[in-house]
Amino acid sequence: MVEWTDSERAIITSIFSNLDYEEIGRKSLCRCLIVYPWTQRYFGGFGNLYNAETILCNPLIAAHGTKILHGLDRALKNMDGIKNTYAELSLLHSDKLHVDPDNFRLLADCLTVVIAAKMGPAFTVDTQVAWQKFLSVVVSALGRQYH
Amino acid sequence: MSLTPKDKATVKLFWGRMSGKAELIGADALSRMLAVYPQTKTYFSHWKSLSPGSPDVKKHGKTIMMGIGDAVTKMDDLERGLLTLSELHAFKLRVDPTNFKLLSLNILVVMAIMFPDDFTPMAHLAVDKFLCALALALSEKYR
Repeated sequence: MVEWTDSERAIITSIFSNLDYEEIGRKSLCRCLIVYPWTQRYFGGFGNLYNAETILCNPLIAAHGTKILHGLDRALKNMDGIKNTYAELSLLHSDKLHVDPDNFRLLADCLTVVIAAKMGPAFTVDTQVAWQKFLSVVVSALGRQYH
Repeated sequence: MSLTPKDKATVKLFWGRMSGKAELIGADALSRMLAVYPQTKTYFSHWKSLSPGSPDVKKHGKTIMMGIGDAVTKMDDLERGLLTLSELHAFKLRVDPTNFKLLSLNILVVMAIMFPDDFTPMAHLAVDKFLCALALALSEKYR
């Protein structure tokens, strides 16, 4: 089981309590689709992804980014049981969505860059350590049920 | 995934804005990498201290950024331009090439903090491509 210090819990809680889900969700997913274009393979039904500009203006992508970020709420509320919390979602991504789990890491990296830009110098080394630890646990849980 | 003329121009533009603070940026990126990915500390067991402000971290951060700055001037032929550095990493340092990605991510994080508005997704793409190409050139001589 993952051990969290009080400091790590406080950092993660603080980040989420100040989070604009729509802004950060949209920016992170768009960044992922632009920086790692092969991830677009999972978004065939999401309308125009022709170039960076259209991706950034795409309302379906924006909505999905928000959805993904709210999905992280589950991990926030169950930090001591993230693996079980995401068991069903993991199966969904494996069996229905057929997403290569390496893509979770790519999205996590984009989310980290977007949060860093938003928080600026407040995104200290300690904050980044806690944040990336949280994301790596989420990423691991999402890939756990693949078979 | 080769660099387009636009990618190269973007990288040069950012490098121009970063080169004056190379030491600070390098130290920051290196500190973050060592903290977030503790396995990277294994390459620096000979240092007195691995904490963010330590002289060893600062000095090495500068060394790394000087190397990257050199690579920026040799973007048209990274493989040839980084030959000596590749041999160093292959035969002497023997850094597992996976780690280049880890440092790259932290360089990107530092850039996002420094240029929150200008480090757009397209800029991120260009710099990530450059750092990937750099890593590839550095691992050229490994085997």
